[in-house]
Amino acid sequence: MKFQTPAGHNPIDRMSVVGQPLDRIDGPLKTTGTAPYAYEQHDAAPDAAYGHVVGAGIAKGRIRRLDIKAAERAPGVLAVITADTAGPLEVGPHNTVPLLGGPEIRHYHQAVALVVAESFEAARAAAGRVRIEYEAHAGAYDLEAARTTATAPEANAQMGEPDTQVGDFLGAFADAPVRLDETYTTPDQSHMMMEPHASIARWDDGTLTLWTSTQMVEWCARGIAKTLRMDRSKVHVISPYIGGGFGGKLFLRADALLAALGARATGRPVKVALHRPLIANNSTHRPATIQRVRLGATRDGVITAIGHESWSGDQPGGGPETAVSQTRLLYAGANRLTAMRLAVLDLPEGNSMRAPGEAPGMMALEIAMDEMAEKLRLDPVEFRIRNDTQVDPENPERPFSARPLITCLQTGAAQFGWQRRDARPGRVKDGQWLVGLGMAAAFRNNLPMTSGARVRLDGDGRITVETDMTDIGTGSYTIIAQTAAEMMGVRMDQVEVRLGDSTYPVSAGSGGQFGANNATSGVYAACIGLREEVARRLGFNSQDADFADGQVRSGNRSAPLASAAARGEIVAEDRIEYGDLHKTHQQSTFGSHFVEVAVDGATGEVRVRRMLAVCAAGRILNPKSARSQVIGAMTMGVGAALMEHLKVDTRRGFFVNHDLASYEVPVHADIPHQEVIFLDETDPMSSPMKAKGVGELGICGVAAAVANAIYNATGVRVRDYPITLDTYLDRLPDVA
Amino acid sequence: MIPFTYERPGSPAEAAAAAAKPGAKLIAGGTNLLDLMKLEIETPVHLVDVNGLALDTIEATGDGGLRIGALVSNTDLAADARVRRDYAVLSRALVSGASGQLRNKATTAGNLLQRTRCPYFYDTAQPCNKRSPGSGCSAIGGMTRQLAIIGASEACIATHPSDMAVALRVLDAEIETLSGEGTTRRIPMAEFHRLPGDTPEIETALNAGNLITAVILPRPVPGRHVYRKVRDRASYAFALVSVAAIIEDGGRGRVALGGVAHKPWRVEAAESELARGARATTARLLEGARPSRDNAFKITLVERTLDAILSDARGAQ
Ligand SMILES: Cc1cc2nc3c(=O)[nH]c(=O)nc-3n(C[C@H](O)[C@H](O)[C@H](O)COP(=O)(O)OP(=O)(O)OC[C@H]3O[C@@H](n4cnc5c(N)ncnc54)[C@H](O)[C@@H]3O)c2cc1C
Ligand code: SF4
Repeated sequence: MKFQTPAGHNPIDRMSVVGQPLDRIDGPLKTTGTAPYAYEQHDAAPDAAYGHVVGAGIAKGRIRRLDIKAAERAPGVLAVITADTAGPLEVGPHNTVPLLGGPEIRHYHQAVALVVAESFEAARAAAGRVRIEYEAHAGAYDLEAARTTATAPEANAQMGEPDTQVGDFLGAFADAPVRLDETYTTPDQSHMMMEPHASIARWDDGTLTLWTSTQMVEWCARGIAKTLRMDRSKVHVISPYIGGGFGGKLFLRADALLAALGARATGRPVKVALHRPLIANNSTHRPATIQRVRLGATRDGVITAIGHESWSGDQPGGGPETAVSQTRLLYAGANRLTAMRLAVLDLPEGNSMRAPGEAPGMMALEIAMDEMAEKLRLDPVEFRIRNDTQVDPENPERPFSARPLITCLQTGAAQFGWQRRDARPGRVKDGQWLVGLGMAAAFRNNLPMTSGARVRLDGDGRITVETDMTDIGTGSYTIIAQTAAEMMGVRMDQVEVRLGDSTYPVSAGSGGQFGANNATSGVYAACIGLREEVARRLGFNSQDADFADGQVRSGNRSAPLASAAARGEIVAEDRIEYGDLHKTHQQSTFGSHFVEVAVDGATGEVRVRRMLAVCAAGRILNPKSARSQVIGAMTMGVGAALMEHLKVDTRRGFFVNHDLASYEVPVHADIPHQEVIFLDETDPMSSPMKAKGVGELGICGVAAAVANAIYNATGVRVRDYPITLDTYLDRLPDVA
Repeated sequence: MIPFTYERPGSPAEAAAAAAKPGAKLIAGGTNLLDLMKLEIETPVHLVDVNGLALDTIEATGDGGLRIGALVSNTDLAADARVRRDYAVLSRALVSGASGQLRNKATTAGNLLQRTRCPYFYDTAQPCNKRSPGSGCSAIGGMTRQLAIIGASEACIATHPSDMAVALRVLDAEIETLSGEGTTRRIPMAEFHRLPGDTPEIETALNAGNLITAVILPRPVPGRHVYRKVRDRASYAFALVSVAAIIEDGGRGRVALGGVAHKPWRVEAAESELARGARATTARLLEGARPSRDNAFKITLVERTLDAILSDARGAQ
């Protein structure tokens, strides 16, 4: 189905199942521990051997000598795989650096060996017997130091051009009566999802079956096929349950490749999980940024010049953190400049993490907006309202498909009690605590992606959906079932959803908050096909047939849906493909974040007290799972604001705090009362579902809202994340 | 983890004798030792499990103190009514540490002997004098934000991470040990943990195979018992700094610090400054501190935290 014109009235508009806050259908499996995650596919691979990964102990250089003899002789060892023994390997389409290093080492903890043994313990013990001598080379590990060497990255579809300019930014900025020019930094961050990267591989006659934890089944399948130089059709990827990904599991990683190599070498299924201390340096991370924001405005708060430049680093051949993307679209302003610069760093590979680009970009831009509002003596909500735009400000002929940013801001302000905020910082005390309120806008684009599905109707009137879409904890199973139930007029318990299998039609996958809208639209397309076939078999005109309560009705005639399949299952398959509505119309999601913090007047410890997010993201397919996405994102935003930080040892070139004891994320005690409001909205330009995404919108702006609240509480402005107490302790007001 | 043998002795004497053999190590709750064994930072070839020993009671001593068995769990110790009433600083320090699940497993002796949280200590690809004596210290000049500001050496700048130990130091507790040959000793907390010097791998005054049998608390110290732990998140994190204090009316009292040194940090002479306030006390307590750029904030943080404690105490009078 090609989606080329705005969606008209369609069966989803009934909202009898779609849009209901239903419990997730996979919930009982997960809460009882019976959902098989990749490492727990015991039935599929009962005789699996265990692989343990050895990571490089230097950041850059060469292996001089790799001695695996002692490891090979260790009890229970079946094989030791290294670059020498693995056979020829290519680099997958999404990978920047080879997943199995040696002799050249490109980053710390790049995998250099896999030890396969009868038990996990034997594999780990033998891995400790691998002896490696290195020749370490000097590398570049410090973004600040490498900043001057950064160059403009090549344009691509995802980020667009590295530089954009509208009007005369420099002139307008110089002439602006009120100006802000500040630099902000965001650190490297790790996804730290609960489930580590994990895979089981099995070979049968040259065909590889991979049970793995991946957000994008097809990307993983193509990645392993390319890396192992085999035919894509000889790869079967299975990934029904995923314990979080946040962008860390978008494509082939070392666990899957090494499991496949280990299984090939031993003739046994092999399972590999990356051990936690390896993940931060072995896998991908969100790259650090340095961002300069310049704003110029008239005295009454109209932005005349808006400039945002971002510097980040990556391995040779890698890409930039696209931290300026929201600034191209979020606020009006006749004179504009954005630029991204990329330095070569020898740190581990940078890549996507929840809301790549916008999450760190909004961390900077939305503090800048707060600072500018203060200079203008304007309320920060009002300042943003004054600079709203209903068209793409770089291409004014492109309107937004829907843009209720102002409603988000006003609703949030009213619900949160924003009018009680004292604009003068450091004025509100509660015992030992300094209390402050902060806010930020939220913004993240909607990404249309082709997505396929197959639907089956059997003689009992049951619907089965098959798509390689994944559920990374987001609720995909449930919203897909809701879509099929709505389309076919059956109950939820009459729908079975099968996900995460590369023999199913290729879906959008999970990432970039594009999963929900595109995957359900693919199911919608397949259901339209199924409805047509059902109508044909029952002798209805599909245009005016109504599917409800297990019946198909037209005029005063009706027939049970099941009867259409009385003589055999009916199968329909289709995919959603997009025309150019997203080119003629900018499609984005909007929101506002409001935060109350208390800062200990003596120690500077920050405690978030209340949070509110207001989101406009098109149709909300399931308010319960959507809310869960947003509160998770808000929590991650608090982490970004206050603690998450991969600390680079710039001498040795690695992330030092590479475990969950030292890479801190919020715990329950850090997370206060959280509220989420969804605006009642549909976006007919986005898809037949009229939905967009929420999972990333929920993080964009949160950290800045926290930073702004800390400023309001204390009068201390911190422009370097995370805002830990040591960064401002000496600037706190004296204790009483 | 390397393969090891395991035994469960029936008496403290047997345990101490077994632990004195080369390559042997005692194990209690295992919450620290097992993690370190998995990473091959500790590589015992023989484990002596003390859990069967009847060392898990808290009893009153003849002179009005408490004798805490080495195996009393952190949870039970924190919840003991006498501890909560008379040694509240200890109870508060314990509950500020780790998580409920860990405190259920963690023992009094194990807590005292838990090893540093220096991140380089945990990465066996990096030089570390504490882990591999003589290999060098990769933390110096690297990520030092959590590390020591005082009492450190050119060989090691690690801190001791225990919260409980800081309270025991302010309470002047003593550690009772039993050697493989059957001799018992009582080691004052002040002498129990060592500064790193040239031998950061030697962390305590224990000799090889010494079994801790109990921790002895002297008679309760009157005053307001405070344990204030400052950290980067609200719970489940090690201290940036912590302050254990007992403040009497009139502002006299005792104070010990966590998160600043290789041992709980207490300078008795500094306590005479308490009545003059946090600035004077901190200046004496941390005299000679040599922080790095990344952890110099700990000095300010100690002073501000102590100041809040003292003003709270004044307010409560
Ligand atoms: C995630 C995490 C967070 C933590 N957070 C904190 C925190 O915030 N604050 C804090 O203070 N601690 C914290 N801890 C540490 C925790 O308190 C210790 O792991 C625990 O107290 C150790 O006790 P155990 O009985 O498990 O010791 P074990 O791991 O069994 O042993 C530790 C050491 O003590 C020795 N040992 C044990 N018993 C005896 C004995 N009777 N005689 C002689 N030697 C003995 C062992 O040989 C070993 O060397 C944390 C730990 C973890 C894993
Ligand atoms: S500070 Fe001590 S524990 Fe840390 S690396 Fe140096 S020697 Fe090892």
